Amino acid sequence: MSDSNQDIKMVDAPEGHSGAGFFATSFEKVIGLARKNSLWPLPFATSCCGIEYMATMGSHYDISRFGSERPSFSPRQADIMLVMGTIAKKMGPVVKQVYEQMAEPRWVVAVGACASSGGIFDTYSVLQGIDRIVPVDVYVPGCPPRPEQILDGLMRVQDLAANESLRRRNSPEYQALLASYNIK
Amino acid sequence: MELTNENVLGKIISEFGEENIWDAYNPDGIMTFTTNRETIVNLITYLRDDKELQISFLTTMCGIHYPEQKGKELCVMYQLHSLRHNYRVRIKVFIPGSDPVMPTMTGVYATTNWMEREAFDFYGIIFKGHPNLTRILNIEEMEYHPMLKQYPLEDRTREDKIDTYFGR
Repeated sequence: MSDSNQDIKMVDAPEGHSGAGFFATSFEKVIGLARKNSLWPLPFATSCCGIEYMATMGSHYDISRFGSERPSFSPRQADIMLVMGTIAKKMGPVVKQVYEQMAEPRWVVAVGACASSGGIFDTYSVLQGIDRIVPVDVYVPGCPPRPEQILDGLMRVQDLAANESLRRRNSPEYQALLASYNIK
Repeated sequence: MELTNENVLGKIISEFGEENIWDAYNPDGIMTFTTNRETIVNLITYLRDDKELQISFLTTMCGIHYPEQKGKELCVMYQLHSLRHNYRVRIKVFIPGSDPVMPTMTGVYATTNWMEREAFDFYGIIFKGHPNLTRILNIEEMEYHPMLKQYPLEDRTREDKIDTYFGR
């Protein structure tokens, strides 16, 4: 078993030109590949969805397989913010501050019904979806979603990261999106 | 002395007069009576300091909203407990919604500091003399008092609950 490597999955090289001793491709593809396979998450867990995420981090579901090896509770070096659980209106500024402290490129996943839309808590004290304060890339449905669904959400973000143009974050559309949320 | 509802009520009425204590009844074994804004602080101080009663523990205090009672829309309810005699009593004060002012109890029980802030937060009752009457649970920017029954509990900015989706 130890010398068989048929279970090991390697990432395919991006399309490019190869010859004797060299391989040429575009920066965008290489950087997209690197970003895609090392998305470090910042879990913003407030409720039950956070417990599902803990299961996702455990050995059975093993989010580390996707390169999300280091869950960071600081915005430093975090690429993807996973908001899991009910966000009360009092918590809103904190979510926004954490998002603002993250460096570009950054992605946001709203995990579960509460983070996506307020869920069953349609009441005066609960924010009806985090897309009111920060831009969201991927919504994961469920109440709470199973770990497989959280992994699927992460894989959707991987698709975004792999195919994103290097200049997307400088585009006027993206600046307008951030301006609509009063960020920067 | 054995504390019974009759004994305690007799003592309180002899101390404060019939014009200030009324509507006494025992809905669940706990004697409940109504008093007015002028009497409440002295009454609760008296219950605390009286050697015989020793009703010296405020278990809870909160606001209530009765929108259908004209002139008595708001109510502040105090529940007290005598640890010495294991005896409980409930006191209500009704105030008009147009004049939601109560005297503060913070000089008698320090615990009412937060309870009165909560009543102010949710019902808009102003406690005169409170050292720091600010919201305690809701966001400071909130422009209304959410437990008053004139406000819908649901967030009215949601668009996924409009009649179209329910075939109405």
